[in-house]
Amino acid sequence: MRIEARILLLLGLFFGIMCAVYWPTSNEDGGSVMMFGAMLLGFLPGGYYYYWSRRMKPRPEDRDATQEEGSGFVGAFPSTSIFPFLLGMGAWFVVLAIVFGIWLLIPGFALVLWAFIGGTHESRRGGQR
Amino acid sequence: MTDLLDPPVVVHGDDHGHDEHHGPTGLVKWLTSTDHKVIGLSYTITSVVMLVIGGALAEVIRAQLISPNNHLVSLAQYNELFTMHGSIMIYLFAGPFAFGALANFVVPLQIGAPDMAFPRLNALSYWLYLSGSITMLLGVFTAGGAANFGWVGYAPLSNAVNTPGAGADLWIGGLLLTGFSAIFTGVNLTATIFYLRAPGMTLFRMPIFTWNMLVVAILILLAFPVLTAGLIMLYADRHFGTHIFTVSGGGVPVLWQNIFWFWGHPEVYILALPFFGMVSDIIPVFSRKPMFGYKGMVFATLTIAALSLGVWAHHMFTTGTVLLPFFSIMSLLIAVPTGIKIFNWIGTMWGGTVIYSTAMLMSIGFVITFLIGGLTGIYLASPPLDFFTHDTYFVVAHFHSVVVALVMGGMAGLYYWGPKITGYMLNERLGRWQFWWLFIGTQLFTFPMYLLGLKGMPRRIAVYLHDPSWANLNMWASIGAFMIGVSTIIFVINCVYSWKRVPAGDNPWDANSLEWFTTSPPPHHNFYRLPKIRSERPVWDYNHPEARALHHGEDHEEIHDMAKHV
Repeated sequence: MRIEARILLLLGLFFGIMCAVYWPTSNEDGGSVMMFGAMLLGFLPGGYYYYWSRRMKPRPEDRDATQEEGSGFVGAFPSTSIFPFLLGMGAWFVVLAIVFGIWLLIPGFALVLWAFIGGTHESRRGGQR
Repeated sequence: MTDLLDPPVVVHGDDHGHDEHHGPTGLVKWLTSTDHKVIGLSYTITSVVMLVIGGALAEVIRAQLISPNNHLVSLAQYNELFTMHGSIMIYLFAGPFAFGALANFVVPLQIGAPDMAFPRLNALSYWLYLSGSITMLLGVFTAGGAANFGWVGYAPLSNAVNTPGAGADLWIGGLLLTGFSAIFTGVNLTATIFYLRAPGMTLFRMPIFTWNMLVVAILILLAFPVLTAGLIMLYADRHFGTHIFTVSGGGVPVLWQNIFWFWGHPEVYILALPFFGMVSDIIPVFSRKPMFGYKGMVFATLTIAALSLGVWAHHMFTTGTVLLPFFSIMSLLIAVPTGIKIFNWIGTMWGGTVIYSTAMLMSIGFVITFLIGGLTGIYLASPPLDFFTHDTYFVVAHFHSVVVALVMGGMAGLYYWGPKITGYMLNERLGRWQFWWLFIGTQLFTFPMYLLGLKGMPRRIAVYLHDPSWANLNMWASIGAFMIGVSTIIFVINCVYSWKRVPAGDNPWDANSLEWFTTSPPPHHNFYRLPKIRSERPVWDYNHPEARALHHGEDHEEIHDMAKHV
C-alpha cells in the first residue's frame, strides 16, 4: 500500500511543479488548469493511500506471504448480470437521441432507471448465483 | 519441488468452490457474463473487427494515392475516409484492443486475481465501447456522410457552420460513449491491481505488462475526462449556441487544440505502453533470461507517463501560441526513458538463447519499427524542424511507424496469449509469413512517406500533381500498404485454420508469469492453486527449482534442448 501511495504522490508532486513552471511562463490558462487537475488526481488518492498505509499492517500482497495467508473471502464477484447490458443500451439510446430524435430519451432513461434499480437490488442480494 | 508449492488454496470469491461453473450458454452468456475472460474475448473480437474495417479504409486511401490525378473517390469521400480511418484506428482499435481486450484478459491472471475488481462495471465498459463504435460507424449511413474533419476534430472546422450534419454529431456521441468506457476500464484496472493481488505478489514482482497497465490506467484517469469535457463543449458550440471555440462570440479556437491534445498526447502513451508491456513480457520468455533491468523498466514507464502529460502542445508548435522551449524540452526528455526501454529489450536478448517464434519475431519487429518512429519523433520535437515538416507526410510517416509497430506488438500479444485465451495454438508457419509481409510492408509503406514529407507533400490531400518522384514514392508506399493488408488476411486465415487444431496445454512457452500456472483457457475465477511468489517469475521458479541455484549463463544444455522443441 505504501508504494502505491508513493507513486501517486510523486505524480502529484511532478504535476504540481509543472503547473508552477508552466502557468507563469505560458500565458495559457487551459493547460495550467488541466495540470492543476492532474496534480489533484495524484494527491487526493495518493494522500488517502498514504493515510491508510501508515495505519495498517502490510497486506499479504505487500510482503513475502504464503498463499494460505490470503485465503478466505475475497469479495462477491457476480457471475452473470444482465444489468450492465441494459445500462449500456440505455446510455446508447440517450446518445442516439441527440441525433435521431428526442423520443429515444424515453426508452433510454427507462433502461437506465431499470438497470440502476435492478443492479442495486442485485448487489443487495450479493449478486446473482 | 514440493516445498515450492503451498497447499492448494481455493481463491474463489463466492461459493463456487467446485471445478465447474454452470452458467448460461450461447447468446445469454455473451450478454450477461461479467467474467473478465468472456468480456476480454468480446473486446478482442470487436477491436480486431475494427482493425479490419480501419485497415480496409486505409487500403482505399492508398489506392486513391497510388498515382497522380487519380479519381477513385471524390474529394468529399476522401475527407470522410481519412477521418474515419484515423478515428477507427485510434479510438476504436488501438486503445480498446490494449486496455480492453488483452489487459482485461491477462492482468487479473498475472496478479493471481479471481476477476476484475468491479466485474459488472467491466461489462458496462464493453457495452459502452460496442455501442460507441456502432454510433461512430452509423455516420456512414447518414445523408451528409460520416465525420470529415480529421480524427482531431479541430475547431472551427468542426463547428455547425463548417460541418453541418449528423455524421459529426454521431462522431461526438460515439467518442463520448467510448470515452466513458475507457474511464471505467481505468478505474477497474487500478482497483484490481491495487487490491486484488495474490499474497506475495508485491508491486515490484508484477510482470511488466501489468505494471504498464497500471500506469496506463492512471493515465486514462488523467486524460480521458478532459476529452469528454471538450466533446461536450464542442457539442454545445454546435447545437446550444455557445461560443467556446468560435471567435465570433469571443471564444478561442486554439482552446480546442489545447484540450484535445491534453488528452491526445497521453493517449499516444495510453496506446503505446500496453504494447511495450506485451513485448517486455514476451522478449524474456523467448530469450530464456529474466528481464534485463526490471526496475529501470518500471521507472522508465512511470517517467514516460508523467512526461507525457507535459508535452501536448508539441502538436501545436505552428499555431504560434505555445511556449516552444517548454514543450520542446519536455518532448525531447521522453526520448530518455524510451531509450532505456529499448536498451533493456536489447539487453534482455543479449546473450540469451533467442527462440524465433512468431511472437518473438513480432516483438523484434516492434522494437525496430518503433525505434524508427521514435527517432523521427525526436526530429519533430525540435521546433525549427517541426515548422518545416508540420502537416506534411513526414508526420504521417512518423506516427504510422509508431502505430504499425504497435500493431506488431499487438500481434505478438495475440500469438503469445492466444493459446491461453482459446486453449489452442496459432500456426507458427502462417505466423512467420504474416510477420514478414507485415514487417517488409511496413518499412516499404513508411519510408517513402518520410521522403515525400521532406519533399513537401502535404497530408490529407486526395490528388497531387504529376511529379515523377512523388508518383514513384507514392506507388511504393501504396504497395507497402497492400502488403500490410495481405498480412492481415494471413492472420485471419491463421485464426480460422488454427481453430481447435493443436491444444496448447497450460504452459506452451515455458513462461514466467502466473497466467501460465492455470489451465488454457482458465477456469471460472481463474486459479485452482497458486505457487509461492518470491520473484517476478513465479511460474519459472516453480517449474525450474534447479535454476535458482545456478549463476547466470550456466546450464546451457538444458536450455538448448528446450529451444529445439519450440
